Amino acid sequence: MKIRLTSVFVDDQSKALRFYTEILGFVTKHDVPVGEKDRWLTVVSPDEPEGTELLLEPAGHPAVKTYRDALVMDGVPLAQFAVADVRAEYDRLRGLGVHFTQEPLEMGPVTTAVFDDTCGNLIQIATQPE
Amino acid sequence: MAEDLFKALADPTRRTILDELTEQSGQTLFEICSRLSMKHQLAISRQGVSQHLAVLEAAGLVETRREGRYKFHDLNTAPLRQITERWPLRDLTGPKESTP
Repeated sequence: MKIRLTSVFVDDQSKALRFYTEILGFVTKHDVPVGEKDRWLTVVSPDEPEGTELLLEPAGHPAVKTYRDALVMDGVPLAQFAVADVRAEYDRLRGLGVHFTQEPLEMGPVTTAVFDDTCGNLIQIATQPE
Repeated sequence: MAEDLFKALADPTRRTILDELTEQSGQTLFEICSRLSMKHQLAISRQGVSQHLAVLEAAGLVETRREGRYKFHDLNTAPLRQITERWPLRDLTGPKESTP
């Protein structure tokens, strides 16, 4: 088994696509209309175009709001992305207006930070030693 | 009130939480849990940390603040003043004495 796809619920797929591509730097992999207004919308890392896809899934289900609000209130991230240097990425994203709920934090060999993806989720970035 | 303070300070995990909030004020529950597990190797559930925070909050040592959709925990050291008001520190000015 391997992880081909994972997902985050997003409030607005168009807005999410802009944030995940223009701010975070992912590239669109699939963008297929589904139903009236929803899309099968996935992004991948430009470093790994054949790698794991992230599905930007519409957050329309009534259970999603309760679930996400509770997690966001406690600062719990829904996904973790690997970056070469958390602090450099923190500075870059802050410069683009991204709001962090946890500043870069060294925890032994791992450094992490947590930001708001503007679409309803908190996302963690992490640098791990090779 | 003083009882709440001494009870809050009696537990080593709660003292560690205060140490971490001294280093960085304004932490989410997630960050506090991460610090306890990753920096201090404390195996404690999120619910357990929540309960410790409730005790610290009752003592006035931790204050919570809602900012938009997030909730942050801040340190408030003001209640500690009760300790030195009850047992004043000796004035150590004058001839230098070293007390271990």
